[in-house]
Amino acid sequence: MIEIKNLHKSYKMGSNSLHVLKGINFNVEEGELVAIMGSSGSGKSTLLNILGMLDNSDSGEYNLDGVPIKDLNETKAARYRNKFLGFVFQSFNLINYKSAAENVALPLYYQKVGRKERQEKALKYLEQVGLRDWASHLPSELSGGQKQRVAIARALAAEPKVLLADEPTGALDSTTSYEVMDLIQKINDAGNTILVVTHEPDIADMCKRIVHLKDGVIVEDKKIEQVRADQYV
Amino acid sequence: MWIFDRDLWSEIFNTLGKNMLRTILTMLGVIFAMIILMLLLGSANGMSNGFDKLFAGTASNSLFVWSQRTSEPYKGFERGRRISFKLEDAEIIKKQVPEIEVLAPRIELGSHRNVVTVYRKGRKSGSSVYGDYPEIDNITKKKLIAGRFLNKNDIESSKKVCVIGEETVKFLFDKGDEAIGEDIRINGVFFTVVGIYKPNNNINIDGKNAVFIPFTTFQKAFNSGDRLGWMAIAVKEDIKVPVVEEKIKKILKAKYDIHPNDPRAIGSFDMSEIFNNISSFTTVLKGVSFFVGIFTLLAGVIAISNILLITVKERTKEIGVRRALGATPRIVKRQILLEAIVLTTFAGLIGFAISVGALVGIGALAEGSEAPFVNPMVSIVQFGASFLLMIFLSVLIGLLPANRAIKIKPIEALREE
Repeated sequence: MIEIKNLHKSYKMGSNSLHVLKGINFNVEEGELVAIMGSSGSGKSTLLNILGMLDNSDSGEYNLDGVPIKDLNETKAARYRNKFLGFVFQSFNLINYKSAAENVALPLYYQKVGRKERQEKALKYLEQVGLRDWASHLPSELSGGQKQRVAIARALAAEPKVLLADEPTGALDSTTSYEVMDLIQKINDAGNTILVVTHEPDIADMCKRIVHLKDGVIVEDKKIEQVRADQYV
Repeated sequence: MWIFDRDLWSEIFNTLGKNMLRTILTMLGVIFAMIILMLLLGSANGMSNGFDKLFAGTASNSLFVWSQRTSEPYKGFERGRRISFKLEDAEIIKKQVPEIEVLAPRIELGSHRNVVTVYRKGRKSGSSVYGDYPEIDNITKKKLIAGRFLNKNDIESSKKVCVIGEETVKFLFDKGDEAIGEDIRINGVFFTVVGIYKPNNNINIDGKNAVFIPFTTFQKAFNSGDRLGWMAIAVKEDIKVPVVEEKIKKILKAKYDIHPNDPRAIGSFDMSEIFNNISSFTTVLKGVSFFVGIFTLLAGVIAISNILLITVKERTKEIGVRRALGATPRIVKRQILLEAIVLTTFAGLIGFAISVGALVGIGALAEGSEAPFVNPMVSIVQFGASFLLMIFLSVLIGLLPANRAIKIKPIEALREE
């Protein structure tokens, strides 16, 4: 699903150049649930931004579902994001004046899906995250965990190839974190490919594979025995 | 066509509708600007209409010519010679100046602007008495409240009839008395009243208290021979009055041996001159109010742009999220631009509705007053032009925040604080 070869990225800081990613090689197969771990400054967010086409790499190859991702202009990047990727952010990033259902339907709007189908799909995915009854509520009327579940429903709505979650539990307490991870595991069980960036070991243990980044290189890449989250819920 | 895309519009109206306070505050500037523009234009129109009403009934392209004393010696004549026009002059001029539409010779009893005492059964009135042709009615229209005006038949058979003013009736008759058919006495001659006129609330060269009798009757009754007092002339449409004025004066100067450069011998009054002055005044007024209004509108639209610019900054995160979810820069740009246009349009329409209401109110207030201010309202063309200009400005100025919005990179917008 994802093939990355010899990926480099550096940022210019005045006269100095900060080499953030120093040759990353890694592949993700369909249906994997991968945790990307590392301390701050390890390059994990940069890697996720490049995977999410929010940032460009300096050199190296990136293929997503067989499509080479390079030399994207803004418009093309937006189309690819919409088609291939679903995002889940640490601070949820719901649009605060839109109801839960409208938030979930937004990526479908950008896919030019008809309004009726949009509505149906939005409710379907809200149902999947257990928030069907909250469809008409504004984000301000939801708890943190509920907001993140709406965000996950929104990421799923576009039926992306890969779900990218950037610290999805970073703003949540541990009980709510496990609820969210339970949801992520269930979505993964249904066959979706998911990448989770986290620095919490217990969250990483709930994935099927952990990729450890340090100073811009992968220092460890191992498959693990998944810890199911539902036992904590 | 994206313009018919229901989702696009509902997206825009949702965004605007769910931020009501911000939307209303943004619109205020344009609402007030539109009100100012429309009130200015409407008032200018009201003034223009008021002046039009003032002139209604007087042919604006008319000219009055009378004789005076010479001020230059010429061909052996000394200066200070009194010139007196004859009735034949009217015929000569009519024949030689084809630009003339109507020429009505007129004579006044006594000297000009002096009144003559008119009697009826022991009552009297100091009135102006004119000998007239029916054509005069085409130049200074009289509003008849009873009976008829002089006609051709009166002239041909020199009938002893007269048309008198409302004011004259008040002096000569008791209230409620029928004046038509009654006789009045002027210089010992009796005339039968056939019509009563009412002066318009406008420019009135005849006065309120006047008696009109047929020209031919005047000649016989008061023994004026072929003298004539002055000529009231209406020129044909599209012809400049001063040109005709010059032609007439040239003919008359030649006929009466007046020095060609004598400025005093022949007096004339060009009605079109005042009319043109006033109409150019109202045109300038309209132009100035449009100018002032448009700049006010520009300020209003800039205010919208300004607030949208702040809004874009405030919505950085939202726009970033939209971009991450697949909104192309084009879609974002279109959304912000359309928000600006929709805001401006709505604000413009609200301002227009308010100002139309205000203008109707002002018009009703001005109804009873003497001021030259009638029906202050903007024309469809004026409204359309200002509206289109406003939309055009909003597009132009909406581009500013729209371009700011597309510069937002999703990665910057989503960066955690």
